[in-house]
Amino acid sequence: MLDIQNLKVVFGTGRLRVEAVKNVSFHVEQGAAYGLVGESGSGKSTVLRAICGLAPITGGRVTVNGEAVTSPRSKAFYRTVQMVFQDPYASLHPRHTVDSTLSEPLAIHGEKDAESRILQALREVGLGPSFRFRYPHQLSGGQRQRIAIARALILRPKVLLLDEPTSALDASVQAEILNLLDDLRRRLGLTYILVSHDLAVVAHLCERLLVMQHGEAVEETTAAALRSGAASNEYTQSLIQASQGFTRAAPQPAQAPAA
Amino acid sequence: MAGAPPFPQPSGLQAWLLSAEPNSRWQARLGRGYLGWRSFTKNPLAVLGLAIVILLVLVAAFADFIAPYSPIVGGDLRTERLLPPSETYWLGTDDQARDIFSRIIYGSRITLFVVILVSIIATPVGLLVGTVSGYLGGWVDTVLMRITDIFLAFPRLVLALAFVAALGPGIENAVIAIAITSWPPYARIARAETLMIRNSDFIAAVKLQGASTPRIIMGHVVPLCVSSLIVRVTLDMAGIILTAAGLGFLGLGAQPPMPEWGAMVATGRNYLIDQWWVAAMPGIAIFVVSLGFNLLGDGLRDVLDPKAAK
Repeated sequence: MLDIQNLKVVFGTGRLRVEAVKNVSFHVEQGAAYGLVGESGSGKSTVLRAICGLAPITGGRVTVNGEAVTSPRSKAFYRTVQMVFQDPYASLHPRHTVDSTLSEPLAIHGEKDAESRILQALREVGLGPSFRFRYPHQLSGGQRQRIAIARALILRPKVLLLDEPTSALDASVQAEILNLLDDLRRRLGLTYILVSHDLAVVAHLCERLLVMQHGEAVEETTAAALRSGAASNEYTQSLIQASQGFTRAAPQPAQAPAA
Repeated sequence: MAGAPPFPQPSGLQAWLLSAEPNSRWQARLGRGYLGWRSFTKNPLAVLGLAIVILLVLVAAFADFIAPYSPIVGGDLRTERLLPPSETYWLGTDDQARDIFSRIIYGSRITLFVVILVSIIATPVGLLVGTVSGYLGGWVDTVLMRITDIFLAFPRLVLALAFVAALGPGIENAVIAIAITSWPPYARIARAETLMIRNSDFIAAVKLQGASTPRIIMGHVVPLCVSSLIVRVTLDMAGIILTAAGLGFLGLGAQPPMPEWGAMVATGRNYLIDQWWVAAMPGIAIFVVSLGFNLLGDGLRDVLDPKAAK
């Protein structure tokens, strides 16, 4: 479904030149969920932004459904690939009601029967029709993220790019959103690419994942291997350790020779 | 403990307006408007400003019914010139034996005409230049902003003078001259707002839906710039009135016998010591209306632009 070969993203020139992503390659099957994991600044979000055209592709190839993407992306691309952003407080227009947020993509693509599509989209993300004419400030963080997911799904895309979709939410709402995403994937046959620094989230949602550090791919592994704690790479090991929480190093037994 | 509810429940219309679950687009919009109105009315000075502006509009609309005399045809030049305020002539008469009260009433039309026309011309131009240059960036930004800088560099009254001198005096030319000199600040404000908005996630989101650039600018950027512009325009209206009055005073705006307030002050100048009311009355009118617009603008800023509020 999605194939990425030697992707390279460079920002700026001269002294300001930053290589955000260096030669990252991976392949995602249709209907699969693929995770990108790494610390802040490892370039995982940049990979997503490069796929959907928000960041430049400096080198390499991005292929969606067997076709290389064009710059600027075509309308057909946006019907296939959609994105959910990290911060639901920033990704909804503050002056637009839920209704106008959801009807915008339909209007752009000239879709008919907006009315029923909007109500259906709301139902899909577990919100009732009573939410339709609310403004973002009348919604909670979890509800906003549901609206953002509904907006991404309303064009019936095949690939959903998820940029840390739960990191701005509190723990109980995180679980709700993750379950919703899991459920939607199975029902609609979606392909996910999930970016997260949280190994638990990735292990919950994805089958395979890529560990990134400093813009480079470190290791490709499976969620099952991650859960069992098997990782060949040192950096992955340290991530696993970090996800298990902070443990104080065992106090060293006093070995000072009596003097 | 059964009985009265703990809080007074809002009644019919108010409950409908404040509903957390509006049933239609209009209910949602009206509810927002109502909340804005409530915070606006908490500021008594702003309400006073609004009252003055509404009064100006009403006076202009019903000038024919309010004014007791003609604003242009004077009375008997031998007996009715330069009379002090009295029961017959509430604000006195001027050197042509015309009733000053009637002239001020009719003059409100000219003032309103200038203010509305300038804001209709200048605001959209400033908004468009600012949002386009802020959103597109690059060389478009450079070109548009340098043009803005050029217009900003002209002193307002001097450019207006030059313009009126070229096109000939008259209130329409004064309006065009004022409009040409007043859009650059609006473009700057709109650009600054756009620069803050353009990298936000909700713009990226609508880009990812395949929206065209004009669609993003008109539908997503402009609505967020409009409120701060409305505030700025309202606060500028006093300045616009004063510039129009200044041009009238210099004889380059409204031409006699039009009852323009600035021109009226100019004629009154000759009798300032002995017949003070000739200049003072239109001066007070200019002052009151300018004050009204300023108070209204201040109140609007508190409602529309929470960032700038204290």
